[in-house]
Amino acid sequence: MEKELRLMKGNEAVAEAAIRAGADGYFGYPITPQSEVLEYLMEAKPHERTGMVVLQAESEVAAINMVYGGAACGKRVMTSSSSPGISLKQEGISYIAGAELPCLVVNVVRGGPGLGTIQPSQSDYFQATKGGGHGDYHLIVLAPSSVQEMADFVDLAFELAFKYRNPVMMLSDGAIGQMMEKVWLSPQKERSKTVPEWATTGKPPTRERVIITSLDLDPMAQERFNQKLIAKYNEIREKEVRYEEFQCEDAEYLFVAYGTSARVCQKSIQLARAQGIKAGLLRPVTLFPFPVNRLNELADKVKMMISVEMSAGQMVEDVMLASNGKVPVYHYGRMGGMVPEPEEVTDFLKSKI
Amino acid sequence: MPQATGINDIIKPENLVYKRTEVMTPNILHYCPGCGHGTVHRILAEVIEEEGLQTEAIGVSPVGCSVLLYNYLDIDWQEAAHGRAPAVATAIKRLLPDKFVFTYQGDGDLAAIGTAETIHACNRGENIMIIFINNGIYGMTGGQMAPTTLPGMKSSTSPYGRDVKMMGNPVKMTDIVATLPGTFYVTRQSVHTPANVRKTKKAIRKAAQYQKLNKGTCFIEVVSNCPSGWKMTPVESNRWMEENMFPFYPLGDMKVPQESESQTTNK
Amino acid sequence: MTEEILIAGFGGQGVLSMGKIMAYSAMMQDMEVSWMPSYGPEMRGGTANVIVIISDERISSPIIRHFDTGILLNQQSLDKFEDSIKPGGVLVYDGNGINRHPVRKDISIFRIDAAEEAGRMKSPKVNNMIVLGGFMKIKPIITLENVIKGLKKSLPERYHNLIPVNETALQRGMEIIREV
Repeated sequence: MEKELRLMKGNEAVAEAAIRAGADGYFGYPITPQSEVLEYLMEAKPHERTGMVVLQAESEVAAINMVYGGAACGKRVMTSSSSPGISLKQEGISYIAGAELPCLVVNVVRGGPGLGTIQPSQSDYFQATKGGGHGDYHLIVLAPSSVQEMADFVDLAFELAFKYRNPVMMLSDGAIGQMMEKVWLSPQKERSKTVPEWATTGKPPTRERVIITSLDLDPMAQERFNQKLIAKYNEIREKEVRYEEFQCEDAEYLFVAYGTSARVCQKSIQLARAQGIKAGLLRPVTLFPFPVNRLNELADKVKMMISVEMSAGQMVEDVMLASNGKVPVYHYGRMGGMVPEPEEVTDFLKSKI
Repeated sequence: MPQATGINDIIKPENLVYKRTEVMTPNILHYCPGCGHGTVHRILAEVIEEEGLQTEAIGVSPVGCSVLLYNYLDIDWQEAAHGRAPAVATAIKRLLPDKFVFTYQGDGDLAAIGTAETIHACNRGENIMIIFINNGIYGMTGGQMAPTTLPGMKSSTSPYGRDVKMMGNPVKMTDIVATLPGTFYVTRQSVHTPANVRKTKKAIRKAAQYQKLNKGTCFIEVVSNCPSGWKMTPVESNRWMEENMFPFYPLGDMKVPQESESQTTNK
Repeated sequence: MTEEILIAGFGGQGVLSMGKIMAYSAMMQDMEVSWMPSYGPEMRGGTANVIVIISDERISSPIIRHFDTGILLNQQSLDKFEDSIKPGGVLVYDGNGINRHPVRKDISIFRIDAAEEAGRMKSPKVNNMIVLGGFMKIKPIITLENVIKGLKKSLPERYHNLIPVNETALQRGMEIIREV
């Protein structure tokens, strides 16, 4: 089967890619700017196409707990929402991380805090990469910067989630969710028939009962579990870093940006280079694990780094840690749903040279 | 003089009058003396064994005293976040429709923090069984006021008695879910006498059978006691329950299927 | 070649669907495309706008504030976006209901009375196709053939009987657009 070319919104691409990736279940609740995911799934009748279960829950809280229930059955399940809804899901996400369950959570970020705006933002970086809910845990965080990646990362997310028994977040934003681009869709995959041995499926006499829980009242046992999680996160840090470089070979000034901001920076680089300024871009594709080593190497080559984000300055802290004081690191950001213009980013760079 | 009888002379197969069901694990229950949880656990385990459901059952335990329920019944378990068991069970049943899926929740879990999940799972008619233990108090956290604490009843957060003007009225969740079209069988029982234990067990059995027929949500409230939280002896607590809880939460069926409904399979 | 287009007008004027047909047709011609709408409650009866970028290279930022072409279909959009057109760029506007006409001297300004023409054709819904025809005349990036293909693909089968009237509208647009 060949790939199929479609013109789609990012939100629609996630939904169609989920069906094609052989997802077993989607549980969601409407919120702008990501409601098209649930709308598309309801329209596409995945139950008839693959047997995938789609349910509009009574709240984001219920939806993430449905994801917990489905994931604990060993199924490929997911939810999507936008910032205020993702805050509501944090309890469930923490439990999912604590019970070591695989799942996909898509966050089509809008500006905050509070009800904020429905326009695109990247102000949930801390929440996504540093834990978000309570307790010592990390999500694997994928940051798509195109509609194509919103489709492709569904499959990747399930692969990583099951490989590490860890929730994966796709950290998108309102712009990528709402815009239409060309997207090559993968052929339909069959839904997996393999049942992981850790899943609740009803206890046959041949095995011990399966208990999915994040509770351990014995502090020593809980600490051992925390250490196990740390080991897992370290393995993820070692093996799963993904990033993309644009014109870094001869760059003297490095933008670090993901998602929509990375798209803006590509244009800013063109503008800068037209004026003889050698700019480049490192685009983290995984925000956790963060491309620490590569940034540290680049810090030996460039004169300056600028973290360009649609936030008050969140990823810039990780850029500073990664570059470890070798070069000056600045933040350039727009907030509240404003997307920086390529010209203003170039101007900011010029102002710092 | 009769010979002294050793314990090993008594424990013989021909003397067996009660045997732990295979579905109960040998783990020692952590509940306080006189608590109703242990009884409900046992009859639930018996129904699972007698109905041949051990290989099919997936239970969802709550947050509350019965959070460790998964240590006691030898079936697959998921431990849900506080109040979210009906949402968790919804997904399990929809993804594994052939399994026997149930939740077991206390009053704080089901009728306070989990109100939305309870009502919406029942309203969608999720084909699950919900067992609701109502003892009018938060036992695990040390006796705080529950959504079902009676007017005037003392707790650590209503030390002068529940003042309904200030703290609101107790919630009759079972009455509420009985009005929803998604529920198929709704009943309120207790386990404080052998006769009541038998009735509750019968209710659980019915619910298990209805689930096989895809009938919708079966909801069983068990009005129970909390000797520690109520600061009473087990005997006093049962008497107090009869005198105070039952008038407010009367026992009996609230929604029973018609004879014809309960026998046909939903296609 | 990169063409950065803003289309703006009243919700219901077919602004978003015009952009979608442009993007789809360009995609059929193996070009890179992005279609970035304004979204949210402002779309309900208020103004709608969409940024369409067509390029033979990978598209960088889908959100930009300066455009090669502005297709501005009501007074509000004209007032708001006239200055967003790059010097040397193109402004297309519908004269219907306009009391303050565009004034810039450093861009090419085209007028297309699409609403009036759609009224004459007794099918107000083809308004946007008339405008699209006009755009195709002055910026021959996408072909009529691909637009028809795009219509067939994006319209549900039950509306395929409307394709001929849309084709007529595209051709009328090409005829009636004129430089001011």
